[in-house]
Formats: sequence, C-alpha cells, structure tokens
Amino acid sequence: MAELMKKTKKANKKNLGGYAQLLVPLLSILLIVVFNLFRDPSFFSVTTTTNNLGNTVLAGNLISILNSASELAIIAMGMTLVTAACGGQDISVGALATIAGSVFVKILRGGEITIGSIVVGFLACCAVAMLFGAFNGTLVSVFRIQPMIATLVLFTCGRSIAYWINGGATPTISSPLITALGSFIPGCPIPTPIIIVAVMAVLLALLFRFTTLGLYTQTVGVNQRAARLNGISPLVMKLVSFMLLGVCCAVAGCIGVSRLSLINHETMLLEIEMDAILAVAIGGNALGGGKFKVSGSVLGAYAIQALTTTLYAMKVPSTDVKAYKAVVIILIVIISSPVVKQAASRLWAKTRRLTAAKAGKEVSA
Amino acid sequence: MKRNDKSLRRREPMTDTMLLMTITIAIFFAMYFAAMAIWGGGFLRWQRVFDMLNDNAALIIISCGLTVVMIGGGIDISVGGVIALVVMSCVVHLNAGGSILSAALLAIGIGLGFGLVQGFLISYLEIQPFIITLAGMFFARGMTTIVSVKPQKVAHEGFKLLMKTKIEMPWLGYIAKKGNLVPARMEIGVVVALVIVVLVFFMLRKTKLGRSFYAVGGNSNSALMLGVNVKRTRFFSYVLSGLLAGIAGFVFMMHTGAGNASNASGAEMNAIASSIIGGTLLSGGVGNVLGTLFGVMTLATINAIVTTSGLRDPWWQEITVGALLCFFIVLQSVVLTLRGKGGIRQMIPAWMKLPGKAEAAKPVEMAEPAEGPAEEEAGE
Repeated sequence: MAELMKKTKKANKKNLGGYAQLLVPLLSILLIVVFNLFRDPSFFSVTTTTNNLGNTVLAGNLISILNSASELAIIAMGMTLVTAACGGQDISVGALATIAGSVFVKILRGGEITIGSIVVGFLACCAVAMLFGAFNGTLVSVFRIQPMIATLVLFTCGRSIAYWINGGATPTISSPLITALGSFIPGCPIPTPIIIVAVMAVLLALLFRFTTLGLYTQTVGVNQRAARLNGISPLVMKLVSFMLLGVCCAVAGCIGVSRLSLINHETMLLEIEMDAILAVAIGGNALGGGKFKVSGSVLGAYAIQALTTTLYAMKVPSTDVKAYKAVVIILIVIISSPVVKQAASRLWAKTRRLTAAKAGKEVSA
Repeated sequence: MKRNDKSLRRREPMTDTMLLMTITIAIFFAMYFAAMAIWGGGFLRWQRVFDMLNDNAALIIISCGLTVVMIGGGIDISVGGVIALVVMSCVVHLNAGGSILSAALLAIGIGLGFGLVQGFLISYLEIQPFIITLAGMFFARGMTTIVSVKPQKVAHEGFKLLMKTKIEMPWLGYIAKKGNLVPARMEIGVVVALVIVVLVFFMLRKTKLGRSFYAVGGNSNSALMLGVNVKRTRFFSYVLSGLLAGIAGFVFMMHTGAGNASNASGAEMNAIASSIIGGTLLSGGVGNVLGTLFGVMTLATINAIVTTSGLRDPWWQEITVGALLCFFIVLQSVVLTLRGKGGIRQMIPAWMKLPGKAEAAKPVEMAEPAEGPAEEEAGE
C-alpha cells in the first residue's frame, strides 16, 4: 500500500502535484480581490479596535470574511469527503448542525457553564451528530440510495428534531466562556472561529498524512467494485465519510450557537448546504466522486464568503445578494465547464502551433 | 448487462416503474381508508380530497416537471424560486394595470426563460445540473426581492373574480348540520394541474420524446448509440420543467393571490419528495407522472392525518413526513434490490404463487412486508 501511495504521489507530481484543480478557486478569489482593489482599496485595511469587553481585537473586511466563513469552511471539509466517497452530496448538513447545536444548548442549560461542561456538551453533540451521520451513511451505503435523496429525510425533519430537543423556539445560554468561543478569547486578537478552523484543518491534514483515509476514500469514489476487490470496503468508507461530516457539522453547530448565545432552529445556518456544495464544486472537486482536494473546498468556501462580503460592502441589500451571487457562480462554472475548458485548450494548442510554425520559419529564413 | 453498484440492476425498467407506482397508489389508498375508518369526519367527505388538491395544485405541476427531469437523469431545484418570482412579477404587473392574459404570458415567459438557459448550460455546456439549478434558485429568489421586498396583494378586479371562481360539484357534496347541501368545490388551478398530469402522462407514454427521456436517463451511452439525441433530450426536459414551473407560479397566484418573497419556500424539496414517493428514481430511467400525483396526495394525506390526530406540537408534522419519506426510499431500495436478485419470488409462500400471474400479484404482497420497517423508522 505504501508503494501505491508513493506511485500516486509520483503521478501527482507530474500533474502539478494535483494542485491544478486549485486554479479555479484561486482564480475566483483573485478575481474578487482585483475587483475590490479597483473598487475601493480600503476594503483590505485591517485595523485594531477595542471591543466592548475591553479586548484589543482585529477588525476589517478581511477578518470578517475569514471569520464568517468558518462554519462554511468546516462543513465544506466534511462535504468534500462525502462527495469523493459517494459521488453525491449531503443536503442535510444545515439541519444536522442545528440538531448538534440544540444538543449543545440542551446540555449547557442543564447546569452551570464551565469549561468541563462545555467539553461534555461538545462531545455529546459530536456523538449525536455522528449517530445521525451514520443514519445517513447507512441509507447511502447499505440501502444504496443516492446521497441527495437519503439526506432529504433529515433535510425535511432535522430542524423539527432540533426544535423538539429543546421544546422551545429560541433557548438562550449566556456565559463569558460561550462568548469567548463565538467571538474572541480575552488577550487574543484573532476571532476564535478562525482558530477553530485552523485546528480542524490541521487535524484533518494529520488524519490524511498518517492514515490511508484519503487514498481509500478516493479509491472508493473512483471505482467501488475495484476498491472492494482490493479489500477496501466501500460500505465502511462511505459510513466513515458521513460520520466525519457529522463531526464537522457538530463543530459548525457549536460555533453557530456560541456566536449568538442562542439557537434558532429555523434560521441557524440556513441554506448552508447549498453553499457547502458550491464550495466543493468551486474547489475543483468532481461532484461525481473520486479525486478530491479538501484545501480546494476550503478556498472555495472563502471565495463564496468574500463574494458575499464584497456585495455587502457595495451596499447591496441582504435579500438581493442571492441574485448577484447566482450570476457570479454561473460565470465561474461556465469558465470551468468541460466544454469551455476543451475549447480553451484547443485554442491554446492552435496558438502554440502557430507560434511554433512562425518560429520555425524564422529559423529557416 | 450493466452490473453497476450505484444504480440498482434494472432489467425491465418499465416494470419497475409500474411496480413502484402501484405500491405508492396502494399505500395512498390504504392510508386514506385507514384515516376514514379511524377519524371519520372530514375524511369521509369528498371536500377533503378536493381541499388537498386545491392546496397542492402548484406542487402537482412542478412535481410533473421534476419527474420528467429526474427520469432524464437530472435534477431541477430552481422550481420553487421560479414560482416565487412568477407570483411576485405577475402581482406587480397586474397591480400596474396589466391584463390577465399578459400576466399569464409573463408567467410562461419567465418559466421558459429559466428552462431555456438552465437547459442550455446543463446539456450543451455539460455543467452539473445541481449547481446550475441551485444558481437558478438563488437568482430567482434574489430577483423576487429585487422586484419587491414588501409582500404584494392582487388588486386587479378581474383576477380576484378568477380566484373566486370555483367549480361546484353538488353530487359530491355533503349535507351540513343545518340540513343544506354543501357542494364540493374545486379551484380552476386543479383543472390545470390535472390536465397537465394527463398531458405529461401521454407525452411520456406515447411520444418519441417521452420515450427518449427514459432512454437517456436509463443509460445515456446506449441511448446515444441507438441514435437518440441525448443533449437535445436533456435540454427539452429542463425546458419543460421551467415551463411547468411558470404555469405553477400562475396557479399558485390563483390560489393565494399575493406575492411574497417566501412564497413556495421548500417547494422544490417537496416536489422531489413527491416524485420519489411516486416511484421516480433520481438515478433516472424509472418513473411515472401518475405516481407523482399520488406522491403529492400521499404527502398531503400524511399532513392531514398529523393535524387531525391531535399531535399539535409544531414539530410532529415535519418529523412524520421525514419518517414517511425514509420508509418509502428504504422500501423502494429493498424492492428493487430483491427484484434484481429474483428474491421476491422466493419470498412469496408457495400457495400464493400463481403461474403467469405472479407479476400482477406482486404489489399486493409487497404492501404487507412493508409494514415492518415502517414502524421501525417511525421510532427514530
């Protein structure tokens, strides 16, 4: 297996180390950056201000983009794995994160809020989210239902389950510890959600580095039958990918709860499933499964948030943002569509041939 | 023989379609008769059926479109957004002094526009249908608020008259407590919806285009080799879906008479759920629009039962619908897997086996083992 990994790595090196697919998300971010540079260079200014708790903190559009994309980035990480292993997407992530957040709130409301109870609450909501992830995973792997349809079940009833858990519309929790989790730890100028994303990214990177998770997931996604013949169980890999997505949702749910110190089952992380799938697609991952790059999806998530923040900075009403976002998304996917890519590469080859012919003529002359 | 892992093995796609549809229709009637027996009252009146149709006419229409798209192996999640946009634009247009005819044309135009653009991008530029129609949904929802953020009510007199016009059927009415006959009432939108169901049904059954939807959805490579224009077929499926979404928007407006940015929110997922309950597979090639009609009605019945049975807490409705959906998709998966292995014939006791008539007898038998998993799922 180690040899196979080496071979894959070698093959990847030839192909720009597999980094070619990062071109699309990087290009999208670059596009937004350049647009903002022309529009208003002060968009990028980062300042330090004192917030109402008396901490010196960083502020500015860049920080705001990094901060508010946290949940999306974390969910996009898990979504990439599910997409790669199953060739389909989970549309229940928003509902799942709400359920996890609900469990978190339920446990914290049970007693005094200390670091210990937060850890217990977090572990409990991770366990619940993994359970629901396993439910989705079972439908997909054992019953062979397409992921979108299987997760439609939780998509339909997940938010109601979250409502049911707490039995009230918007239960609140208030504690300086929760506020620190959702905004700033005293003495640290960086918003905590950004730190959590970094920790998650490092953990996931370690997981890929020291286990065969990435390779196996990719193998199952490329060809399940071949994977099974090689002793990799597609069933287990799909289940594992859904459970990891469950953990990602739990983390996102906890961040979402801590930001507002309350949970609203109807509005929390609304339509994040759509944004997460979009992040995976913009990240250059095939939505049909197989090869994947988690970093691409994370970049995609930041690209989406950068776009949203830019639109807000342009004073577009929050209800209208969707329409403009849709136009940009369509442009990005058209540029990265296979037909346009082929046409572009044909054109590129033609110009190269022409220049080569020209150069040849010059030499002969 | 394609031994694919993802799609279940399909040797006789048409029979699968019929089987899944029969299961749905059988379960719908079983559920409705059970409701009649347990709760009586409203369920015994024809008006209850017509109420369910009145409320869901627009859903029936978009579900027809989605069924066609899903048979062709695609997905269209922009339909709910298109409904909201159509309703809002038409209401604004009518209030600005437009006529009903021009509003109807506007509705069809918006729907066709969405269908044409999405169909082109998906079939000719080969972009993922999910992403394109997702962008379409964002665009439609955003445009709705750009047209008007505030909710708008129709002030057009002629249109109000159209809204109030109902088809009365005295022979299906009931005698009220006062002793007077209350006729069953049906809105015009329902007629439109039923006509569309019949048209799409015959289109899928009898026309060349309809058959090519099944061919493309079942296996696009084989379809291509058989000389079906795969790209054009896919394109038409999205155009049809967009057109029907436009019509559904107009029907929705005839039902509510008000434009609101949150109109038809989640309608796309309800439509997908209805199609699936009706026996359409998202992997394509299997499905029937008649089943979809019963899928919508099954969802409506479940909602009615939850409200009638006294589960007043707001969360039960969605949780029950989720459990029902879960039960249906697991049932479909089990049925199709067993069929692929030829297992059903072995499961049927020997005395029930009728040589030659086994095909016809199957659905009836399948309804029984189905009860087991239903209870399990409801427990979750």
